[in-house]
Amino acid sequence: MSDHHHDHDAPLPDTVLRVKALESLLTEKGLVDPAALDVLIDTYETRVGPRNGAKVVARAWVDDAYKKRLLEDATAAIAEFGFQGRQSEHMVVLENTAKVHNMVVCTLCSCYPWAVLGLPPVWYKSSPYRARAVIDPRGVLEEFGVALDEEVEIRVWDSTAEIRYLVLPQRPGGTEGMDEEALADLVTRDSMIGVGLAGSPGGV
Amino acid sequence: MNGAHDLGGMHGLGAIDPEFDEPVFHEEWERRCFAITLAAGFLGKWNIDMSRYARERMHPADYLGTSYYEHWLHGLQTLLVEQGILTEEEIAARMLELTGEQDT
Repeated sequence: MSDHHHDHDAPLPDTVLRVKALESLLTEKGLVDPAALDVLIDTYETRVGPRNGAKVVARAWVDDAYKKRLLEDATAAIAEFGFQGRQSEHMVVLENTAKVHNMVVCTLCSCYPWAVLGLPPVWYKSSPYRARAVIDPRGVLEEFGVALDEEVEIRVWDSTAEIRYLVLPQRPGGTEGMDEEALADLVTRDSMIGVGLAGSPGGV
Repeated sequence: MNGAHDLGGMHGLGAIDPEFDEPVFHEEWERRCFAITLAAGFLGKWNIDMSRYARERMHPADYLGTSYYEHWLHGLQTLLVEQGILTEEEIAARMLELTGEQDT
């Protein structure tokens, strides 16, 4: 943990106190319901996460008609799984191919498709990623252990408050006989942000 | 607004340093800050653009020196005060009371 200090330093006591003060005042005035707060936390800590996106990707790998719908109207195709709503109202899916690799950033903030990936990791929200993804994407990919051929074009997509992107990674080789569920296990969160590749069978 | 939040292309910020197997939240206060921010949003007094603008108005030195949920906290307090839901004074007073509780 000590190496990962840049976006979650031990907060000042002031920060902890301020959160408590706001929560207690809002609760006291009946403006927030403590039980609802617990539900929100549980939802995003344990229920909504990158497993959602992995199911979408695996379906697109095995079902060409679904993939076509996903690329044409991602919001609707993703909603077929029941994944929709908050921070994912307008989804766009970007297909990685042998020639084009897509990666996603939010330079201004932390916009991220919550319904399919959950809450963003600290590095996604950090200053270094937001700064460098757009000027040195190849260097950033190398930092994540991804070395692409020189000929592969890298496209960087800067999210907005409205549009959220999901990368459709390439299906790994050697997965021809695998079913949708097994394929979903190969789909990492990072591969759907575009800073990773989908894992190969047996080598995740 | 081209404040410190407008980070695309900025040099000198160092390595990305992703954390392996990162938890969704690192601290309890982050959980609470996340939840009260969402819940307060349901009051319907502001939209996502206003939330972002409230965070972007942080002083650049503060913005770059604090964590993501500290940005959220700053933005939430700004909106609550601007919308007349809470006052700076009652927040300060409550913080003082809570300090007393912790000391006892």
